[in-house]
Amino acid sequence: MKKKSSPFANLFLIIIFLILYAPIFYLIFYSFNSGGTMSGFDGFTLDWYQELFQDTRLFIIVLNTIVVALLSALISTIIGVFGAIAIRSFKKKQQNTLLSLNNVLIVSPDVIIGASFLILFTIAGFRLGFYSVLLSHIAFSVPIVVLMVLPKLYEMSPSLLDAARDLGANNWQVLTKVILPYITPGVFAGFFMALTYSLDDFAVTFFVTGNGFSTLSVEIYSMARQGISLNINALSTILFLATILLVVIYYFITQRSGTRGVNFRK
Amino acid sequence: MNNHKLTRNLYMVPYAVWILLFVIAPILLVIYYSFIDIQGNFSFANYEKFFTPVYLKMTLSSFWYAFLITLFSLLVAYPTAYLLTKTKHKQLWLLLIIVPSWINLLLKAYAFIGIFGTYGVANSFLEVIGIGTQQLLFTDFSFIFVSVYIFIPFMILPIFNAIDTINPVLLDAARDLGASKWDTFRRVVFPLTMNGVKSGIQIVFIPALSLFMLTRLIAGNRVITLGTAIEQHFLVTQDWGMGATIAVFLIIAMFLIMFLTSGFRKRGA
Repeated sequence: MKKKSSPFANLFLIIIFLILYAPIFYLIFYSFNSGGTMSGFDGFTLDWYQELFQDTRLFIIVLNTIVVALLSALISTIIGVFGAIAIRSFKKKQQNTLLSLNNVLIVSPDVIIGASFLILFTIAGFRLGFYSVLLSHIAFSVPIVVLMVLPKLYEMSPSLLDAARDLGANNWQVLTKVILPYITPGVFAGFFMALTYSLDDFAVTFFVTGNGFSTLSVEIYSMARQGISLNINALSTILFLATILLVVIYYFITQRSGTRGVNFRK
Repeated sequence: MNNHKLTRNLYMVPYAVWILLFVIAPILLVIYYSFIDIQGNFSFANYEKFFTPVYLKMTLSSFWYAFLITLFSLLVAYPTAYLLTKTKHKQLWLLLIIVPSWINLLLKAYAFIGIFGTYGVANSFLEVIGIGTQQLLFTDFSFIFVSVYIFIPFMILPIFNAIDTINPVLLDAARDLGASKWDTFRRVVFPLTMNGVKSGIQIVFIPALSLFMLTRLIAGNRVITLGTAIEQHFLVTQDWGMGATIAVFLIIAMFLIMFLTSGFRKRGA
């Protein structure tokens, strides 16, 4: 327990935090630069924000991104939670097979997911656009939800389910009154991971997005390839604030549902 | 009991459809396309092409970069995760570590274009300490640095969880039996966190082979990873067959790594 106050340990953590956050604050800092470059601060301006807010095309892209993220996280959480519950009730050997299949998309490189989905959609005659992006995001978010939920399910003693059934609970009651409350932290973790995956994804979207549809990552990529434009910096400030807001919400949700979780640990 | 099985199968349906459509079908399609040459005929031409020095060298260098990225991520992430578990409010600190990974990857890459640029803050720093301005952008160093930066949170998370779930009684027992701090770490903590380390390696190594946007933005096409090559073949030269062939080798590598990590786990248990 001496380690807690070791100055070296604290210094190490502080340096890691600085490195992790420096690039983000660097972007935010220069978003107020009237000079138009990311070197040499000429003066304070809000021009880039003004330009950003007048950009309706970008606004639509932001909306697209949010809609895709929320929808894909929601749908993949539903599929993943039920999948995890089903996996749990299989025999050990079958569980391992299913888990291997489950993990394929997690360990798959993004480009392979993107390229193979591109082939899939093309062969199926599916038009590239909003739905191909949404389906892809659901597809690569499902396994992470399963992985977040399964440990909670394993933690849950099977006798809980037997007890519920012996006391006359039907399947729906077992699910909503016993299983779901128990695994709630896992479900939320899965949902937020799926949200993160979707918001952060570039490679898969890059492959399966058509000409008419674009998400923020793809848009930023094409902007960044053209060099530095402080519009992107202004955009990153707003995205950062939105992320912080999400984190605060997430923190309070887990704090509240966590009070139940803490009891199990002791 | 029958009713029970029916419910399970009902829960399984969407998940099974997902496995069929988005796990099995894409792999089969990639394998199928790897046998289609650029004229659209069935052939082994793509495989013959893959075993030429050009492609083999590219594969090797891609694996080398991925190895370095994984190694450095692990070296930074393990102590960070370990120290994090020792802090008060560790869940809050963990959350703060993860926040940067929620910021769009492209934005972070873009930030480094500014930081490592000729007049960027990194070069100003080098100027001040007397080294002088260097070409930082479009080098191996910047590519590996930015990749490690991006992967650190993903490496920390599984290791943190592994360390955090160690039963403190085990540590007390080790101490009572006279183990030094280092012995406790080497013989108790580290073996118990191997699973976390392995999933961290899984999470970092395979995506590190596929970072085509970073090679384009940060390494300026100097570094060609397998991912860059696949993207090039699919979206630029439209040679899907060759792209699929490279993808097949990536998939083989992927299964190898999955097999190795799960194989280890059995031995450990």
